Amino acid sequence: MATVHTPAGERNLPKEMPAKAAGEIHAGGSPIFTLKSTAFRAEREPAWRRLEALITRAEKGGLTSLDARELLRLPILYRAVLSSLSVARAISLDRNLLTYLESLSSRAYFLIYGGRSNALSAIGKFLAETLPAAVRAARWYIALSALCMVLGAVLGYVLTIGNLDWFYTFVGDGMAQGRNPTADTETLRAPLFSDGRGLGERLSAFASFLFTHNARIGIMAFALGFALGAPTVLLLFFNGLTLGAFIALYDSRGLGADLMGWLLIHGVTELGAIVLCGAAGLMIGRAVIFPGEYTRLQNLARAGRRAAVIVIGAVLMLFVAALLEGFGRQLILVTEQRFLVAGVTAVLWALYFVRAGRGAS
Amino acid sequence: MTGSDSMMQTAQSIGPRSRLSRRIETPEGVILPIELGQRGERAVAFILDFLIVMGIIIALYLLLIVVILGGKFGGIGWLFALVMLASFFIRSFYFAFFELRWQGRTPGKRTMGLRVIDRAGGPLTPQAVLARNLMREVEVFLPITVLISGTFKGEIWETLATIGWLAVFMFMPLFNRDALRVGDMIAGTWVVSAPKALLLRDLAHGEATDAAEAPASTYYNFTTKQLDAYGIYELQTLEGVLRDQRPTAGEVRAEVAKRIRNKIGMPPADPANPDTERFLAEFYTAMRARLERRMLFGIRRRDKHDKR
Repeated sequence: MATVHTPAGERNLPKEMPAKAAGEIHAGGSPIFTLKSTAFRAEREPAWRRLEALITRAEKGGLTSLDARELLRLPILYRAVLSSLSVARAISLDRNLLTYLESLSSRAYFLIYGGRSNALSAIGKFLAETLPAAVRAARWYIALSALCMVLGAVLGYVLTIGNLDWFYTFVGDGMAQGRNPTADTETLRAPLFSDGRGLGERLSAFASFLFTHNARIGIMAFALGFALGAPTVLLLFFNGLTLGAFIALYDSRGLGADLMGWLLIHGVTELGAIVLCGAAGLMIGRAVIFPGEYTRLQNLARAGRRAAVIVIGAVLMLFVAALLEGFGRQLILVTEQRFLVAGVTAVLWALYFVRAGRGAS
Repeated sequence: MTGSDSMMQTAQSIGPRSRLSRRIETPEGVILPIELGQRGERAVAFILDFLIVMGIIIALYLLLIVVILGGKFGGIGWLFALVMLASFFIRSFYFAFFELRWQGRTPGKRTMGLRVIDRAGGPLTPQAVLARNLMREVEVFLPITVLISGTFKGEIWETLATIGWLAVFMFMPLFNRDALRVGDMIAGTWVVSAPKALLLRDLAHGEATDAAEAPASTYYNFTTKQLDAYGIYELQTLEGVLRDQRPTAGEVRAEVAKRIRNKIGMPPADPANPDTERFLAEFYTAMRARLERRMLFGIRRRDKHDKR
């Protein structure tokens, strides 16, 4: 522990300190009673009281209740009190004094290191720099996560195109909703080009989407990373299998391209989000399995914060995907145009994650 | 704060530190003791916040019903969707919003005197706040949603699995020393309680509240040998006794004075004029002067058994 007795902040305060306090004690009483700790307290107490008054106000009304001058003085007084605490620990045995200084220092510390108070600028910086940087840093996890899903999709496609019975294995009844190998081609085709029934229908689709399958898979992929990452890999793989099986079914009826248009118009964004969530889950899993030079808990915290950034990004992507699914897909009914939208979103996301915030430190 | 409260606080800080005491190092390199929030307090804080969130969401739905009954709007589908969206946002960002704005406190935590800080002693970053509250979605809201929808479907095994999931996450703070929930582990945070301590008068001043009025001379003269009968632990226990303001304090002080006189080989006090207060105050001051002086020479005598 570095015990700094007189940091710069302390020396900035001489005007407001009763410099004569120690002398007065000598004048009034016998020198026997002038303990060093007593003189010390008499000299420093006004600064403590000023900090205490500032903190009490800020705790009640928030940091915004302090004016600019007070805000500037807060860290100076805080450092002064910290140094008082260090001195008091070395020279004073007054338990109440030590407890008071510790409590005052902690309260000031909570206030000063308690986080940014401006939520809006925090969000702005997050979108412009933190998120794309975190995604770039996690590119290998993202690659692995995407690989899991692609492998699942390829396997699901190959198996199902060879024998349509596999479809039942990969896709649950609840998800298929009658879209299975026994359905006729028109039943399969109709939902691809349905335009919904007006604005209400679309918004409902959008809202309910938030609570449905894919959003849940994304969050689960992240959360299950906690369980060593294996469930994340399986989840991604099974999600791929389902996807592959659907594509195979539609492809076997010559609707492959139409399905891809229907899927990718929002799927580029949505599957991207799931891949990001999976990558975050893998990061957490790896942090637990290979803690490196840290303890498991420390490493979990380090990876967890980076992973959470990515998941928040993924949640935002899921919102965009929901918009595209709720509106774009119902409004754009031509497969070629859907591919165009899918392509544009892919390019935009790639540009954002690869380029945004590059110059920032 | 009443006298007995401050007495208890003094006694607590002298005695063995509680199981929830931790130390953090500030970026300035000073070690600060902190007290983790008790699990019960945290549960109450969460329930308060949960009730607030639910209150807002229910109010939104009531508003929706009023609007629907009013019948001014054509389709109710999109209104319903809007309310669903709003409630999703409210419950997801309520905690993060307040913890960002109020330096790690939500209304519930503020009521209970709790706050979130960085476990390593650094600043509480927005990422950490978002991370610990995003996990809340997984820990609580997601399983509750599944539980409600699962109950309607009547799938018993699904309900049981969800209850298990909910239990593992909710009771996680009970299974680790630092009372961390999963969100805290991920974000590298912990929840501490921040009690205020009052600065009481300096007992080494005698009765005077102002340093200038300190008594000019002392009545008792203690020898170095007498002052060396005790160490820091006893000094601070005596401080607690002197600061005690409960009705029984007088008796306690008389008993303590008797024992000290016995220990340092002074004759018992005159029963007609025991002079307890002055004796204890002067003994305290003299002992503190002696111990503090020795401390300046690098000798910290822990207690009376410490042979230094």
